[in-house]
Amino acid sequence: MGGLDDLYQELILDHYRRPRHRGHLDAPSVAVDHNNPMCGDQIHMELRIEDGRIAELGHTGEGCSISQSSASMLGEAVTGRPVDEAMALVEHFRQVMHSAEAPDEDRLGDAVALEGVARYPARVKCALLSWMALKDAVQTHRSTTEDPHGHR
Amino acid sequence: MAAAVLDARVLREDFPILRRGAGDPPLVYLDSAATSQKPQAVLDAMDRYYREANANVHRGVYALAAEATDRYESARVEVARLIGAAREGTVFAKNASEAINLVAYAWGLRNLRAGDVVLLTEMEHHSNIVPWQIVADLTGARVVLTPVTPEGELDLESLERMLRTEPVRMVGVVHVSNVLGTINPVGAIARLAHDAGALVLADASQSVPHMPVDLTDLGCDFLVFTGHKMLGPTGIGVLAARPETLDAMEPFLGGGEMISDVRADGSTWADLPWKFEAGTPPIAEAVGLGAAARYLRGVGLEAVRAHELALVTHALEALREIPGLVVHGPSDPTRRGAPVSFSLPDLHPHDIAQLVDRDGVCVRAGHHCAKPLMRALGVGATARLSGYVYNDAEDVDALVASLLRAREFMAVR
Repeated sequence: MGGLDDLYQELILDHYRRPRHRGHLDAPSVAVDHNNPMCGDQIHMELRIEDGRIAELGHTGEGCSISQSSASMLGEAVTGRPVDEAMALVEHFRQVMHSAEAPDEDRLGDAVALEGVARYPARVKCALLSWMALKDAVQTHRSTTEDPHGHR
Repeated sequence: MAAAVLDARVLREDFPILRRGAGDPPLVYLDSAATSQKPQAVLDAMDRYYREANANVHRGVYALAAEATDRYESARVEVARLIGAAREGTVFAKNASEAINLVAYAWGLRNLRAGDVVLLTEMEHHSNIVPWQIVADLTGARVVLTPVTPEGELDLESLERMLRTEPVRMVGVVHVSNVLGTINPVGAIARLAHDAGALVLADASQSVPHMPVDLTDLGCDFLVFTGHKMLGPTGIGVLAARPETLDAMEPFLGGGEMISDVRADGSTWADLPWKFEAGTPPIAEAVGLGAAARYLRGVGLEAVRAHELALVTHALEALREIPGLVVHGPSDPTRRGAPVSFSLPDLHPHDIAQLVDRDGVCVRAGHHCAKPLMRALGVGATARLSGYVYNDAEDVDALVASLLRAREFMAVR
């Protein structure tokens, strides 16, 4: 399948066909909706934040294989992590998508498979959709929560 | 009399980007609804303008300036002739969006009152929705969208009811939908609208390049289209209207070129069409559009229409070979223009466009700047093929073969 092998790796297709962390949470701490104005892809993301950690992540919505698998991989990468660490990981992933940093496989987990997306500028926003939704969800949670140590 | 038939393989030779030598990767360009490719005649006209005649238009006394003005105004005559409009009623704008903004601001801002209705349709491109929403905000008018039927046609009963019961002042309708391909009955809508005292703006961006369009026959008050979808360059579009209609309007943009006199206490306006062309215009682009109009008249718009009807008929049949594929819009090809949008189960439009690109096939994926229509169709995005004079059945077959491979790739790898 030529040059597209790096874009459509088996790992990506696996997350696309069997998305992890898909669905709604029972008691989300925060929920946000994001869309990709370029293509109309949508994501609804819910987080349960406990003791400064992302205890649970749930995503629903519709999108292409890249945006859907990326959301699934994001869920794997950040669940259980301290919020600050997750935010740093979001920034790292963003840099990887802009070819500004080499991917850190230990932290990214399966999401390292998305590295090849950086060579397809039109698809970078697809890959980033869920990660930007997570960032927004955390910021929304921080701005609404009464406990200043909630994210520490 | 225009030739009755068109040979895409012959015409393709006129388009440098489509000429492929041995060893070149294939290019199956099926995205002309987004922008068309440009024939050598258009490139030459623009190049020659800069090489032989570049000067600012309308002001210069010297011969070169007169030559530039002549090429610019000759282009206007070519474009006016293509759509049966008067020279004075053919205004150059940047694109169709700017032409609609011109009407929304110059007419809408001064004529719409609180409670008035601007009646658009669910299948409008954002360019014929957003300007009206902005002007509605400023005037207190309401924007209402006529719904689309499950077959992808306008619900004319609803439109008629709105015209009968609501204070509709403007009806905006896309002549050919850039998503569904539906050819809307602008003439019938114009008669209904005029009976109700409303004006009509037709967005002809997907019709003027592809079929004979005549401003008078169509019966609308304003006709807008863009140059780059009709073999011309980007940066040039057209608003066409009867001169009386434009005469009754105040300018949209103010600046150079569009005045008769400027005094400290006020200004008066230039004659039509220059009243609506503030600043130095895109001269080379107008010249390019004039060449495109000449090229299209040479090929013959009847021939273009016949060619594309055959192409769409073939596409609708060929796409049926793909299990589960749904074509949006009318099933009757005679009710359609060039664009054909489709959805595949379990294969997102983005992935479709990416995977067929591997075979050199260019199709568009996304909401096509028609998000209200996407919501009505219950989809987030579609894939779309759109042919033109340089495409033939082989291009459609290349897409279908590539789609079959894409399905296989995503399902069983």
